[in-house]
Amino acid sequence: MRAGSRESAGRHEPAAPGQRTVVAPVLAVALALSAIVLAGCGPATGEPGRSPARHTVVVLAASSLTDALTAIAGDFEASHPGVDVELSFAASSTIVTQVNQGAPADLVALAGTSSLAPLDMSRIAGDGVRALAGNTLEIATPPANPGKVGAISDLSRPGLKVVLCAATVPCGKAAASALKAAGVRARVVSYETDVRATLAKVRLGEADAAIVYHSDVVSAGDQVHGVQLPASVNQRVDYPIARLTDNPMAAELMAYLLSGKGRGRLREHGFLTALS
Amino acid sequence: MARSPRWARAGLLVPAWVAIAVLLVPLLALLLRADWAGMPAQLAKPSVVPALRLSLLTTSATLVICALVGTPLAWLLARSTHRVTPWLRALVTVPLVLPPVVGGVALLMAYGREGVVGSTLLEVAGWSIPFTPVAVVFAETFVALPFYVLAVEGSMQGLDPRYDGLAATLGASPWRTFRTVVVPMVAPGIASGAALAWARALGEFGATITFAGNFPGRTQTAPLAVYVALESDPQAAIALSLVMLLISVLVLGALRGRWLR
Repeated sequence: MRAGSRESAGRHEPAAPGQRTVVAPVLAVALALSAIVLAGCGPATGEPGRSPARHTVVVLAASSLTDALTAIAGDFEASHPGVDVELSFAASSTIVTQVNQGAPADLVALAGTSSLAPLDMSRIAGDGVRALAGNTLEIATPPANPGKVGAISDLSRPGLKVVLCAATVPCGKAAASALKAAGVRARVVSYETDVRATLAKVRLGEADAAIVYHSDVVSAGDQVHGVQLPASVNQRVDYPIARLTDNPMAAELMAYLLSGKGRGRLREHGFLTALS
Repeated sequence: MARSPRWARAGLLVPAWVAIAVLLVPLLALLLRADWAGMPAQLAKPSVVPALRLSLLTTSATLVICALVGTPLAWLLARSTHRVTPWLRALVTVPLVLPPVVGGVALLMAYGREGVVGSTLLEVAGWSIPFTPVAVVFAETFVALPFYVLAVEGSMQGLDPRYDGLAATLGASPWRTFRTVVVPMVAPGIASGAALAWARALGEFGATITFAGNFPGRTQTAPLAVYVALESDPQAAIALSLVMLLISVLVLGALRGRWLR
């Protein structure tokens, strides 16, 4: 359910001469698969035996919200028959770029209030921007903690492999501020394009440590070990949510997210209560 | 056969022009949206030159590896009549149809710190491949080698087997036949395979960012720099894209004039 930008940017395959023998079967398989897929997902309204009134709400959300929003969307769909919530997760900066280029979305939930700045405000409908949740930073290490990271100052140890989010995405900005506040020059080996890609490098055991959100450490369960940052250097990141269309179901989903039930789910996933 | 030749021709011309539009409209848009006056300033940005340098270095290394191991493989595939050869040929094409991100995951499983080969490497040599320029070369070779092997094998298939037979009767060893008869005669095929493999390596994104990560000057190749810049500085992304377009056109154009048909 991730935005496809990474895949499309990477797929770039000129055909080679002398591979005719390969191309024909590959094309045949591709066409057959497309036919099967297309046959399987015709417009819902056209299917017999189904209520024609199905509503879809499209939500673009920061990748740190992946697990929490997936759970809340499931609750919402269960309590609102006939409503489909389509979720797409990416870095907040990617989402803002997509929306400014006219991506069809009903709701956007971003990490960091500063992520909103480049958003074309004329696209925001209705009740404007609301605060959805908050988050803090935490160091994630593999469960065995091979780099023996016990504090933020350990991130400067030579030979350690530290992965951060790129400075263009909110978790990268927040991590840079925290490192600066602590006066630590981390041994960075990679700047990943979103927080989940950053976390993945730790989950796979390739990196010794990463600075991610507390909610990411909660979502990864026992696949990562969390190391707290001292309050003096930690950064609070707030998550604004905005409605872009007058789709009534979008307004309802937004109200649900901000309700006690929605906020309870967010807390379960390690988020802080939004500042009002 | 056709009742009206004009209609028959339109039936071919219209889709052909659609195909040209599909390919050229995005490239023209890139040219139109570029800030030409600001181009020198965009290209002087700190992320641009290291990314281009890394891309040129890693794609060159990829090309050398493709030629060294890919040419003999192409020759074996072209000449072997063993019953496993068709299966081997099919396996060689797998990375061709694999999404590059999947290739990156597969590389991590093999050569990552906890990978099948990588964990042993870490124990023995105390070194791991991910997050290094070597990882970039691994990723590029993984996706580019099939292009090279298939193109070169195609031209070797077209080589009359009597040439190798003749060389053998004159006393040449198989290695000497390969080196002095086969390789010179399929030089155009090798050149076109090299061009395709190089172009594929230059554009590599998914496997690289998954396996090698993204660190300026070390693993951030030009496509990665374009992707990262797009979110903070679209004009820098466009400028870098145009440089990549220019390099690709120059290299492919030079090869086309000489060898590609």
